[in-house]
Amino acid sequence: MSLIKSSLARKYVMALSGLFLVTFLILHVTINLASVFSPDFFNEASHFMGYNPIVQFLMQPILIAGVIIHFVMGFVLEIQNKKARDVSYVKYKGSANAPWVSRNMIYSGLVILAFLALHFYDFWVHEMAYKYVEANPEDPTRYYHETVEKFEPIWRTVLYVVSFVLLGLHLWHGFASSFQSMGANNKYTEGFKKFAKIFAVVVPLAFAFIAIYHHLNPITH
Amino acid sequence: MKLYLKIWRQKDASAPGKIVDYTLDGVEGDMSFLEMLDILNEDLISKGEEPVEFDHDCREGICGTCSLQINGEPHGPDRLVTTCQLHMRKFNDGDTIVIEPFRAKAFPVIKDLIVDRSAFDRIQQAGGYISVNTSGNTIDANTIPINKYDADEAMDAATCIGCGACVAACKNASAMLFTSAKVSQFALLPQGQVEATERVQNMVRQMDLEGFGNCTNTGACEVECPKGISLTNIARMNREYLAATCKG
Repeated sequence: MSLIKSSLARKYVMALSGLFLVTFLILHVTINLASVFSPDFFNEASHFMGYNPIVQFLMQPILIAGVIIHFVMGFVLEIQNKKARDVSYVKYKGSANAPWVSRNMIYSGLVILAFLALHFYDFWVHEMAYKYVEANPEDPTRYYHETVEKFEPIWRTVLYVVSFVLLGLHLWHGFASSFQSMGANNKYTEGFKKFAKIFAVVVPLAFAFIAIYHHLNPITH
Repeated sequence: MKLYLKIWRQKDASAPGKIVDYTLDGVEGDMSFLEMLDILNEDLISKGEEPVEFDHDCREGICGTCSLQINGEPHGPDRLVTTCQLHMRKFNDGDTIVIEPFRAKAFPVIKDLIVDRSAFDRIQQAGGYISVNTSGNTIDANTIPINKYDADEAMDAATCIGCGACVAACKNASAMLFTSAKVSQFALLPQGQVEATERVQNMVRQMDLEGFGNCTNTGACEVECPKGISLTNIARMNREYLAATCKG
């Protein structure tokens, strides 16, 4: 019971839910990269993810729960942290002792949340409607076309790329920070932290590359 | 040098405070920051005005009594020093210096620049000790062999003077660096193992009760700590707490 109320428990929840979402990003970026290099494999993988009952009815709800927990806990922590300094400084020089990304996780997080709303509308809502509302028959070849068509408008491509930049900034602090929150401090910790920084650059860059690639290479009708 | 000071003045805990402007001439670079305030106060007293109240005691960076948020940073712009060790040569002629009390809900202002840091005492009292038999057969601590690495780490953690700069610097007003240093200095030593489980749980509980914020690993505390207490102590406390909670 004490664990639930504790400030340290809230750190554990943020770190573990964040690490869980990172593992999802690895899967997501891998399948998405296939849309550039192997549209057939992309169709196959997307169809599997869309119709496998374990993915749909077990992993998907767990993923959504992970997203909700991470965001809700983020807001709870932010509110508590604001309350902990009831009178603000006249002059506060945060840049003197901490990087911008670490001090503004709530803002990068809010941009990612707004992006998720657009992203869910673009793909998830459409997918749910296609399968469960319109009750269309299975079509294992539709995913590549649907994805590429989404990136035809420049505004959506720009919004996605900007969001990926913010995702990178969020991961830059958050991923490495999760090891600290979980108390990791051994000979592997520094290596993990370096890997986290590389991950924070490479993965959002890959997502941005995919969006830009599809925008520049539309399907000719 | 001539300085333009903007100092937080507050009559008492319940009165509203405000920034008051002062101009101070004749400040020497060899003076400490507190000596500069002493001169200001002598000037104010000679004019029949109320001097600026601020905390100080040893004036050699040991006691942790002096505080002050100076131009947006606890203990000012220099690193690894307390306010009493901060020299005025770090400032230039004509500079404007904003001087405020440490800000945190758990550190309420008593008067002017003095804040109540007894929250730290209560965290310490909640578990920052070991029980030793002092009835005449006390065992010398040095009879227990401790490896050099652990002894050094424990000593480093024990150098925390409890000044509160970590809380003042943290954007969340978190006291994790202080609490973790006090947990670590015992967690690393065999004498600290007996009460290890209760210690970390009780100290973290008290820290939460005092109303400090949550740690978001910005690292500002480590940068501003006059004693260079490391963030690894926070990782250790996180680990100790998880282990203690699993033990029940």
